[in-house]
Amino acid sequence: MSEFVYLYRSGARPSRSPEQAQQEMQRWMTWLKDLTEKGHIKDPGHPLERSGKLVTGKARTVTDGPFAETKDVVGGYTLVQAADLAQATTLAAGCPIFELADGTVEVRPVLKMG
Amino acid sequence: MELSDHLFRRESGRMVAALTRVFGIHNLALAEDVVQDAFCRAMEVWPFRGLPDNPSAWLMATAKHRAIDVLRRERTARTFAPELGRLLESEWTLVPIVDEILAGSGLNDDLLRMMFSCCHPRLKEDAQVALVLHILCGFSSHEIAAAFFSTEAATYKRIERAKKVLAGSKHLFDLTAADFAARLSAVQRALYLLFNEGYHGASAESAVRVELCEEALRLVTLLVDHPLTATSSSYALAALLHLHASRLPARVDAAGNLSTLFEQDRSRWDAQHVEKGLCLLNQSAIGSEVTEYHVEAAIAAVHASASRAEDTDWNEIVGLYDTLMSLRSSPVIALNRAIAIAQSEGAERGLDEIRAIAGVECLEDYPFYHAALGELEHRCNRQPRARQHFQVALARARNPMEQRFLQQRLDACM
Repeated sequence: MSEFVYLYRSGARPSRSPEQAQQEMQRWMTWLKDLTEKGHIKDPGHPLERSGKLVTGKARTVTDGPFAETKDVVGGYTLVQAADLAQATTLAAGCPIFELADGTVEVRPVLKMG
Repeated sequence: MELSDHLFRRESGRMVAALTRVFGIHNLALAEDVVQDAFCRAMEVWPFRGLPDNPSAWLMATAKHRAIDVLRRERTARTFAPELGRLLESEWTLVPIVDEILAGSGLNDDLLRMMFSCCHPRLKEDAQVALVLHILCGFSSHEIAAAFFSTEAATYKRIERAKKVLAGSKHLFDLTAADFAARLSAVQRALYLLFNEGYHGASAESAVRVELCEEALRLVTLLVDHPLTATSSSYALAALLHLHASRLPARVDAAGNLSTLFEQDRSRWDAQHVEKGLCLLNQSAIGSEVTEYHVEAAIAAVHASASRAEDTDWNEIVGLYDTLMSLRSSPVIALNRAIAIAQSEGAERGLDEIRAIAGVECLEDYPFYHAALGELEHRCNRQPRARQHFQVALARARNPMEQRFLQQRLDACM
């Protein structure tokens, strides 16, 4: 088994009715629960605030988020276990984030020691 | 742990009502933003960190933190609830007062006050119903439009206009106000219409419509659970809604077709709703007031106590319709009375009664007026006439379910 990180990105939140919000959340919970039951979740991870600070350059210049393109903002991450990159990618395809227009999941293998 | 159905939608009304007490009704839009924000947080956090032990309390606590941020940030730029005045300006009192308002003990009062505020006399009945659905029941204009067979743009405009009137009303309605009785009757009327919208609609086509009935029941329960609003007429309305709700499981048959009161499989009637309705009807007998809700509930109780359609005491029902006509005569009530007379005294008598209805021309667009004529002509074995009536009825059907129902009736007239 190898480890992978899923990085979730999506643009501005669409406006949703309470019922739609609950249904969308339910889809996320179902997806993560299914992955957990199949032993793929190493750490469910965390959602991230959409704003923060950016430290850059030798001068350690501090600027405020949000960042240049809202769709580039990482909204959360999950640490998963899968046989290989192909399986990790297939599992990511079930993520409800793709119901949002600009939702993406970046699948990155964790670099192994030795 | 599973999340209960419609939790967000239901919590939405409670949170908006409570936040409006802190922010003031003129900041209704701000309260709605804070609630929307709490749902976004829940959507983001719960899938990763698991459901909280008490999801409702989590949502309210999240809304509270956000509300306190807003109050701190904007207290110089905006005015909030005038009755809280200086309490929100001082850091010493800000958090305790917001805590107290959002803590839970007064939430039902807040919901009731919001419900009364939504039934503002400057709003037409349909706008009041739409506003109650939007604010107290958490339906979006898209969802309301779907339930009412209306366009989203028109519904959105109607709700935005209604919200402006509500936000302009300075403060939430006070249940001890002088015009309480008049406002209570507007609230009852709105809940009655809300229930009817769900009950008489094409429930199999749209699940939202059954939800309308459930929401009306939930809100009428608030009325009978509060000492100020638990009047004789509120009990009667609650009885009526429960007795009608008992028939919901039988209104549509196994094939998804509309089934009339005469044909319904009465074993599918919900016994719990019947029992609750009869109990509420007893409770409504406090005082001497007799409203149309009392009479309609009594009619529903007669139907509920007949285990087969042919056991119905039609004479009693005709008598109750006479009483109803004396309280609030309308061509639709007169039509129902005529149908009851047809049951007790025969189809020809029923037809005479229909022809004698004052203002019968108001029923021209109502498909079930033509269907009633068709049915009675059919029973008198005048099939060509019956077919004509059913064809007119069919042309006026308001949804596919009514269309199928009327088509079947037309086909039966051979």
